[in-house]
Amino acid sequence: MFHKVRYMDNNILILSDSLQTSVQDLGRKGYRSFGVPISGTMDKYSAILANKLLNNDEDLPVLEITMTGPKIMFEDHTLFVLTGADLSPELNGKPIQMNHAYSVRTSDVLSFGKMNMGVRAYLGVKGGFLTEKVMGSYSMYDGVTPKSTVKKGDRLRIASYESELEITTSKLKVKPSHFTTKKLEVTKGPEYNRLTKKQRDKLFSMTFKIDPLCNRMGYQMKNKFPPLKNNEIITSITIPGTVQITPSGKLIVMMRDCPTTGGYARILQLTDMAINQLAQKKENDRFKFDLESSFEFLGRLVSRFRD
Amino acid sequence: MNKYKLKYKPLGSIAALVEWPKEIQEPILKNISIFRNKIHADMGEYVLETVPAYNSLTVFFDTSKIKYSGVVADLKEIYATKDQKLLTAYKLWKIPVCYDKKFALDLSEICKAKKISREKFIALHSSGLYDVYFIGFLPGFLYLGGLDEKLHFKRRDKPRREIKRGDVGIAGNQTGVYPRVSPGGWNIIGNSPLSFFDVDKFPPCFAVAGDKVQFVPIGLEEYEKILKQVESGNYVPQSEVYG
Repeated sequence: MFHKVRYMDNNILILSDSLQTSVQDLGRKGYRSFGVPISGTMDKYSAILANKLLNNDEDLPVLEITMTGPKIMFEDHTLFVLTGADLSPELNGKPIQMNHAYSVRTSDVLSFGKMNMGVRAYLGVKGGFLTEKVMGSYSMYDGVTPKSTVKKGDRLRIASYESELEITTSKLKVKPSHFTTKKLEVTKGPEYNRLTKKQRDKLFSMTFKIDPLCNRMGYQMKNKFPPLKNNEIITSITIPGTVQITPSGKLIVMMRDCPTTGGYARILQLTDMAINQLAQKKENDRFKFDLESSFEFLGRLVSRFRD
Repeated sequence: MNKYKLKYKPLGSIAALVEWPKEIQEPILKNISIFRNKIHADMGEYVLETVPAYNSLTVFFDTSKIKYSGVVADLKEIYATKDQKLLTAYKLWKIPVCYDKKFALDLSEICKAKKISREKFIALHSSGLYDVYFIGFLPGFLYLGGLDEKLHFKRRDKPRREIKRGDVGIAGNQTGVYPRVSPGGWNIIGNSPLSFFDVDKFPPCFAVAGDKVQFVPIGLEEYEKILKQVESGNYVPQSEVYG
């Protein structure tokens, strides 16, 4: 019995510290009314891609690695893939490709180097990570899961893998625009109508620059935007992608770990793809907001023709 | 139920934001709670979750089953019904709070500024019945309404880097309990030994929007006793049914 349990228990071992590495899936749904953030992978597109390349269910937990990667030792045989940011990955000291499934054996070591493109890389393994599932999700979040980040010395359980079942040649090229786009698609936020015509024009012509204050909770902008006359709202919902404006005129884009409610005017809402793209940007990167040609707009156009 | 003129706004493509008049008052809280219960009963087929706040309710829906316009049409139809019944029994929770100097870091300063005694302050704070409007900001943070005007006090100019779990604070016209360690600018007037968020329980919070809360002053000895019971999982939060 002991042998069987040991055999089932496959692991990876984290050999060094990194900036911010955590296990994430597609988020903790259904607990917002208890104040629990949705969390989940910052760049869902890349995380889902990792699972797809491994023929996993797309919601399986992956490891989100931010800017600097830890050294990781595979203690058991598995299949892995890296998607998202290119952090110059190496397997046993030899460079490897992004978006390409690799088979590894006991004691193989994955390491990272220079950040080439993007900010967040995703390590997917066959069958996913099997860390503690809390409230329906594996996503690490302080105060909900026992750990909020992955540190040196941590041993993470992964699904057991039977190599003979799997032959994969999955490889895929991701468009660089996912990482380099200078336009983030938005829709109007609940307080958009508080903006003057001048402010609206400025909102879509201004190039925004990302502040050092950018993390899983939110991205602040460096620019000073003309503050609203009536900025405060009675505390109400915020979701990932909500763009709030502070009394001093700073724009903050809420990200996956954002609080469930906030008290500032919500002027824009990023689409989910725009959140994924922003998640691959860092301090001093620039972009513009691009208002989605919404159905509402098309509807108005149609009714105008009818008149 | 059809008591207020509501506004409906899309929140991205995944939710409908329903807004009540811009006020914090109990009749709006009640109206939101009734509407929320009705939505879960009648629209459960595609509603994923609903999130109440002071004067809003956000309805998240399954985008593979329905569009925003369809959700709003259904919401309007449900809101127009005459059903006034509260579907849930609400509770009054008795929250033990120790106002001892050991915890009440800012109580002396507030009492001095307001020229009232500690005893008077504690009597006022613990006699109020506070409405639970919603839970937000942090897991298990209750947004309470109904703080006596005599106790209103501005936020600290310099937020503290660390506020303890269970600390009871006052900020402007609000009072509340920090469910876990967090930075914060609220004035700290005491600490509650209770756990406001427990991942191992469902639901993880004992109180829900629509409930009421009353603070019960306790001494240091009682505090330690309850804390031990909470830590060993043997404490059941005290409550009575009301309404």
